[in-house]
Amino acid sequence: MIIVSNLQKSFGPKQVLKGVNLKIYDGESLVILGPSGCGKSVLLKNIIGLMKPDAGQVIIDGEDITRFEQKKLDALRMRMGMLFQSAALFDSLNVEENVAFGLRRHTSLSNRAIHHIVSEKLEMVGLPGTNYLMPSELSGGMRKRVGLARAIAMEPEIILYDEPTTGLDPIMTSAIDELHLSLKERLGVTSIVVTHDLKSAYRVCDRIALHFGGQIVEIGTREEIINSPNPIVQQFIRGEAQGPMTLL
Amino acid sequence: MTLFNRLVKDFVEAIGSMSILFMQTIYWTIHNLKTGRFSFKNLLDQMSRIGVDSLSMVAITGVSTGAVLVVQIGYQFAQMGAQSYVGGVVSLAMARELAPILTSIVVAGRVGSAIAAEIGTMKITEQIDALETLATNPVDYLVVPRFWGCTIMLFMLTIFTNVVGMIGGSIVAVHQIGLTLISFRDSILHMLLIQDLMGGLFKAMIFGGIIAIIGCYKGFTTEGGAEGVGQSTTSAVVVSIMMILAVNYFLTVGINNFNTAYLQ
Repeated sequence: MIIVSNLQKSFGPKQVLKGVNLKIYDGESLVILGPSGCGKSVLLKNIIGLMKPDAGQVIIDGEDITRFEQKKLDALRMRMGMLFQSAALFDSLNVEENVAFGLRRHTSLSNRAIHHIVSEKLEMVGLPGTNYLMPSELSGGMRKRVGLARAIAMEPEIILYDEPTTGLDPIMTSAIDELHLSLKERLGVTSIVVTHDLKSAYRVCDRIALHFGGQIVEIGTREEIINSPNPIVQQFIRGEAQGPMTLL
Repeated sequence: MTLFNRLVKDFVEAIGSMSILFMQTIYWTIHNLKTGRFSFKNLLDQMSRIGVDSLSMVAITGVSTGAVLVVQIGYQFAQMGAQSYVGGVVSLAMARELAPILTSIVVAGRVGSAIAAEIGTMKITEQIDALETLATNPVDYLVVPRFWGCTIMLFMLTIFTNVVGMIGGSIVAVHQIGLTLISFRDSILHMLLIQDLMGGLFKAMIFGGIIAIIGCYKGFTTEGGAEGVGQSTTSAVVVSIMMILAVNYFLTVGINNFNTAYLQ
């Protein structure tokens, strides 16, 4: 289980996280919704230890990772995978080298075994035979799928998705969502998805949390969110320009 | 805070951060050598890139400098009847100062900027964050091979600059000044000592390390988009060249003192 407790983070005078509290259960898919620039990605980067919070805790399996030394943090990261908003593929490496990156650095598997795993993961994300293409030869959707293949190559227990469908066409968005669901089913991973794409959120979520003003303002199942009386939630899901979100 | 105070604070902070980056590079080098995880493949990749990127420019710089030096001093020396010193004086100037400094400046412009641009682009496209999520330290993966690649290649490129400089100088000495190739060569062999050559090569290695650390530091501190990458690239070249020129004075004094104390 992942527990985020009173997490605070500021950049200069701007406080982005003002005491975020969350619980993510094992095997659950939690979607964090919120308007652009509200600090969703910052929250995700704090959960994987890419940023240190000013205050608060991120407890994974009973241990506060904000106090971890580098070695322990690296050991934890081998149990986690992250899909970045821009996919963040390494430009100078081809698809196979990107997907195999973690395997080559942290396992003693043979080249043949690694090639087999990479091909299997590429098959899972619907990109068989793309092993030797360079990232510059891939479309946006393909890059995201290769990013996902890299994130799952080490068979992580937790996957963090940072805006996995932003900038993709509806068909590709649907394909990424189906991939997410099939990974959840096949690997039983815990997922945290940060997005502002409602349609995608409804498809992949077990629960939805709405992040706004540096805090989680509502959390619940899809139905609970849709029927929430909270005006912030209603404004967000209806996509209205006027309302408490613009006033805050 | 006044502008002067802020500039001083930024300068001290940058020097401190670069020193920390250097220490981390040494730590990861020792750690990887001890654990057998040092990536010689990455090092060779970097060495080949640095060498290939710089070779043609270094060749032109070396030939031109050697030739110009002979033109500048050859006629003066001939008037004084000191033609037999031309080769020696040119080789000393090249080996001690001109080859390491000019090679380093060329590499700073060509490779230092490329390092800053590459790492800066990785920073703004979240590739550095991706490295960390894959439990890989960016200093270990990115800085260590570039640091040693630059250090080793500056050593080799400076030898190359010395050789092509002497070739350029000898051509001018024979065809324009009227010296014989034998007297030019003998003059070099008579005046140029191994410590002159080694001192220059040692300086070049230090400059290589400076170029790599500044390029990497500027890359890691890149902010914003393409404009930020552009600023980091320019800044990496300017700071590297200034640092090379400043450090050169202290290195020259140190090497001269060492030579006087132990080798004469």
